[in-house]
Amino acid sequence: MSGEGPKKRRLNLAGRVEMGHGGGGRTMAQLIEDIFLYHLDNPMLRAGNDQALFEVRAGRMVITTDGHVVSPLFFPGGDIGSLAVHGTINDVAMSGAEPLYLSASFILEEGFPLADLDRIVESMARASREAGVPVVTGDTKVVERGKADGVYIATTGVGRVPEGVQIDARQARPGDAILINGTIGDHGVAIMSSRQGMAFESSVQSDSAALHTLVAEMVRVAPDIRCMRDATRGGLSATLNELARQSGVGMLLQEAELPVLPEVEAACELFGLDPLHVANEGKLVAIVPRERVDGLLETMRKHPLARAAACIGEVTEDEHHFVQMATRFGGRRMVDWLAGEQLPRIC
Amino acid sequence: MKYIQEFRDGDLARTLAGSIAAEVQPGRTYRLMEFCGGHTHAIFRYGVQDWMPAAVEFVHGPGCPVCVLPIGRIDQAMALVLEHGVILCTYGDLLRVPASKRRTLAGIRAEGGDVRMVQSTTEALRVAEANPDKQVVFMAIGFETTTPPTAVALLEAQKRGLANFTVFCNHVLTPAAMHSIMGGDAQQRVPIDGFFGPSHVSSVIGSRPYEPFVERFRRPVVIAGFEPLDVMQAARMLIRQINEGRAEVENEYTRVVTREGNRKAQELVDRVFELRPSFEWRGLGSVPDSALMIRAEFAQWDAEQRFSIERPENKEAVKACECPAILRGEKKPTDCKLFGTACTPENPMGSCMVSSEGACAAYWTYGRHRRDLQAQGSPS
Repeated sequence: MSGEGPKKRRLNLAGRVEMGHGGGGRTMAQLIEDIFLYHLDNPMLRAGNDQALFEVRAGRMVITTDGHVVSPLFFPGGDIGSLAVHGTINDVAMSGAEPLYLSASFILEEGFPLADLDRIVESMARASREAGVPVVTGDTKVVERGKADGVYIATTGVGRVPEGVQIDARQARPGDAILINGTIGDHGVAIMSSRQGMAFESSVQSDSAALHTLVAEMVRVAPDIRCMRDATRGGLSATLNELARQSGVGMLLQEAELPVLPEVEAACELFGLDPLHVANEGKLVAIVPRERVDGLLETMRKHPLARAAACIGEVTEDEHHFVQMATRFGGRRMVDWLAGEQLPRIC
Repeated sequence: MKYIQEFRDGDLARTLAGSIAAEVQPGRTYRLMEFCGGHTHAIFRYGVQDWMPAAVEFVHGPGCPVCVLPIGRIDQAMALVLEHGVILCTYGDLLRVPASKRRTLAGIRAEGGDVRMVQSTTEALRVAEANPDKQVVFMAIGFETTTPPTAVALLEAQKRGLANFTVFCNHVLTPAAMHSIMGGDAQQRVPIDGFFGPSHVSSVIGSRPYEPFVERFRRPVVIAGFEPLDVMQAARMLIRQINEGRAEVENEYTRVVTREGNRKAQELVDRVFELRPSFEWRGLGSVPDSALMIRAEFAQWDAEQRFSIERPENKEAVKACECPAILRGEKKPTDCKLFGTACTPENPMGSCMVSSEGACAAYWTYGRHRRDLQAQGSPS
């Protein structure tokens, strides 16, 4: 809402973050006014209290929190600001809830360029505006140079769950279908392509996006969706293994049905990675009763974030809770959790 | 993806499986060793054995550079970091291999040691240039495939006069290891009917270095690509040779490998390295002429010359760990008591569970559903 006539900013954006910017004094007040309020402006934030006050209707609420430490801070298709908004909105939305408000906590490193901070907060504001979910309260701390890496952002989100929707990771049943809203591995490959030491040329953009409008459509046509989770760190394999374990079931994927961009597949070949282990920031997995598949896929594919939605497998009965995959080659293998780290600080 | 998916085509696999099944002679078994962990990985990742007749058994070999590195060499690397304060650069998997007292390079890093994972030797050179006041050691591991880049790094260091860069050389040689597997005591040796030759190794050395091997041991070698159809095609070629009583070097991976290999790479390697009289392998023990060391001309970039490092003891970290027998092809990962219980990729006891090319990691990551299939009496 920085668009209501040009506001004059007194803060010198050519400067850098100083310890005083977190000190509680006038310097901090100016930083808040000229960067945070300037971009994220809304009545609740402008009220200037240490908390945001809002009315609650009867019903069920969800709350979630997420820290963001991605490196590099700016990457193809996004930056830490947009990521901090999308990530938390998605965690709220995976319960089927409508996200209402966000809070943001910034840990800044002394010496961080204010122009970069401005760019990040502007991007955050854009993401929040586009999603229709305002950042209503926040906090800023500054740590000495070398004690952090530029900026870390933790966001918390609250949302309201529509009546009749009961999504839970423990509800997958043998025979259920596994849906995904599009191609896997885009975010991880975009980050890798911009990492120092690994840099390679690639047109792959991060898929970072807020999925709540897609989820709203999905629960409208299928309020009985059993489980839903965004496949972030650890990739699709981690998400499916978590769901299999929590529900006490197995899964069988069809490799031929997995949507993967050719560029992502190529990068994974080159670096010896499995796209199933590579991170996403705009992909959800939904486990649904078999009879809902056609209706859901039809609805999903009408949404811009799910044009390549696909049914990628089914839930099976398996006391070991194994996730297996029928390969295009005609064999069968396990789809395991990733051991250790594939790429640190991916989100 | 073009030129990749063609080699993972399920329809072609079905056709090939049919012709392999027709080729297999009744009552006969075929024990084929894939020397290289890259093949083990491909076999499990794509489910190649699901297409193979029961008479064909894949025996996993020692071709995993991280796996065959004896514990003592990792202890030496740790000493370089802890006692000499160097920045140690190396390839990823090595960081998690447990050495003496189950310590790892990753653990040393967490304690404050400067251990860095690099993707290439060029990156290690960059680290050296960026830290002129520190000694930077590149811990070089790998078979013939990774040797030329290390040679280039040494030549570059010489050219740039880099005074703070050295290489801790652990490069090993494939044909020598194959000789060692077949050359031991005939009573104890694992029966193997034929070998898959590693494709990337032969892209450098060619197929010729295996010719003395087939002559001496009368076992066929087929150089095979790393895609699943390559493995199946090579299996068919091996089975055919075995049936016909031939023992020749054949090349399935003709799209890359020639008999002579990459002459330019060979020259580079030869300029910088010479044969090491003997090298200790995990699993195979001390094998003569099985590794490379840096020539005297490059001694000032040789970490073993620059730093006094104590000779390693090479005691296994965990006694019950069957890595050595698995590397010799004597045992399968599932024969190990620790497999899947005390030893998993998250908490590895031995190198074969750490490296993505290790047989234990391949079994665990891609194949552990199989034991249950077998237990239920319905092998796939």
